[in-house]
Amino acid sequence: MLVLVALLVWGAAWWLNTRLAEGPQAGTRPVRLAVPLIFGATILVVWELVVRGLEVPLVILPAPSLIAARFAGSLPILWADFVQTFVKGALSGYLIGCGAAFVMAVAVDRSEFLRLGLLPVGNFVAALPIVGTAPILVMWFGFDWQSKAAVVVVMVFFPMLVNTVAGLRETTAMQRDLMETYAASYWQSFFKLRLPAAMPFIFNGLKISTTLALIGAIVAEFFGSPTLGMGFRISTSVGQLALDMVWAEIVVAALAGTLFYGLVALIEHHVTFWHPSQRR
Amino acid sequence: MKSLLAVLTVLAVIVGLWYAACVPMNIHGVLVAAERGGAVVEPADGAARRGMSGVSLALKNRFAVPETWAQERPRLPAPHQVAIELWDTTVMKKITSKRSLVYHGWVTLSATLLGFGIGTVLGVLLAVGIVHSRVMDMSVMPWAIVSQTIPIIALAPMIIVVLYSVGVQGIIPKAVISAYLSFFPVVVGMVKGLRSPDAMQLDLLRTYNASQGETFWKLRLPASMPYLFASLKIGIAASLVGAIVGELPTGAVSGLGARLLAGSYYGQTVQIWSALFGAAILAACLVGLLGVIERLVLKRMGMA
Repeated sequence: MLVLVALLVWGAAWWLNTRLAEGPQAGTRPVRLAVPLIFGATILVVWELVVRGLEVPLVILPAPSLIAARFAGSLPILWADFVQTFVKGALSGYLIGCGAAFVMAVAVDRSEFLRLGLLPVGNFVAALPIVGTAPILVMWFGFDWQSKAAVVVVMVFFPMLVNTVAGLRETTAMQRDLMETYAASYWQSFFKLRLPAAMPFIFNGLKISTTLALIGAIVAEFFGSPTLGMGFRISTSVGQLALDMVWAEIVVAALAGTLFYGLVALIEHHVTFWHPSQRR
Repeated sequence: MKSLLAVLTVLAVIVGLWYAACVPMNIHGVLVAAERGGAVVEPADGAARRGMSGVSLALKNRFAVPETWAQERPRLPAPHQVAIELWDTTVMKKITSKRSLVYHGWVTLSATLLGFGIGTVLGVLLAVGIVHSRVMDMSVMPWAIVSQTIPIIALAPMIIVVLYSVGVQGIIPKAVISAYLSFFPVVVGMVKGLRSPDAMQLDLLRTYNASQGETFWKLRLPASMPYLFASLKIGIAASLVGAIVGELPTGAVSGLGARLLAGSYYGQTVQIWSALFGAAILAACLVGLLGVIERLVLKRMGMA
């Protein structure tokens, strides 16, 4: 019965979206926002109805309402986990890793030889499954957030390095010659020409790194952690078959990831306002 | 030629740094063992040694330095120890042996490839749908982009347990994780690729009175190939990570992830490092293989 309702809701929402997307107002901002929101809400409603209609047990798929209730009911736990994993582990590692990679990139950029040697190595390492270093780093730095931050540092370092080095090469010979004719020193031409020109690349690296940072911090907790943290909560709640808690934790991870990425994208929008991709 | 020299130099520097790092990392353990063996150790008091840094200990006990590269369970194994372990567990063991890294690598690789195949096919299909249907584009595409910013790997333990409780185990749960990790990069890249023909080219096909299907097969699909390969390379690396992480929460007994986990339980650092390098070599081979296929395909299509 409820499953039938779910099918009806799906059909109705799809019809509504079709009308909106192919209607006269399709290009306007409210419609562009409304269509994905309607789609998302429909999925939630259908999920709820199907789970209730088929009486799917909690250990397989909890209904969204249950997840929401669990989310609202355990805010203190979720907040503590968020602080442990995101603020202490991911964020500190992200800042250290990206900062170190940036400094390294500036140093590398001064030497043609180093750049030739380091870029292929960096590109290679950036494609490797670096999360695998988690057990080693947990062994070295202990169970607390320091080891998670270390994993994050290793994970974000190479993507950031490769992007920054590529960005610092972005200026054309004409632009560099112009700085030369101004008798600009190395650092003047660095700050006034090459760093601004590198910004789109740097922000690309920063954006890739936001997701990697969260992944690193969460996966590292699977190898050992104090009794809090998002990865810890996920793995223990899975063991207790408390899947509503797992889903609540995933909601937190999704929100944290999206907001983190959004924040970096917002800063990028203000810093690289001159770049074609940011212009309206 | 010059860049090869540069790469080799950088690699040599990294290996050198690695050997140097072994000394302060391992010296504490080496000195404890040496003391038990009857050697005279500079600060004879164990508690005093614990407070000292590795570098100053190594300077006071120069005789112990070579030992730091030959320990049984070092905190940081030296490169040659990892290389020997890799050689022993790949070439010297029978492939079917439980201690062979090839066996564990194959367990992980099969899940990776299965998941990667499923994820790629579904991703391409969804991308085709998105490009041809405005509703799907507006409804699904924003979510596909948002999903790139969330750590979906956090779902891995739950998928394993849920599939286990409905009676599915073995290779499938890991493949599911691999599939959804490679799915979203492929969707996003493929949509970009299928949209890459510019208005002029699309107009030309319209003047030929080409149908939507013909436009797809003759223009959009060929034009999307470079984008597809770029996202396939990201996808296969993500798939491998997914398969490895998928082995962690269940305490699986075989696979590269299981080797990592077992090594970290029993303090077998050399085993962890060799599993890690095994995974790295596997990832490099997969990405390299895709690169070769990419070059062949693009060459045949006259695009490279």
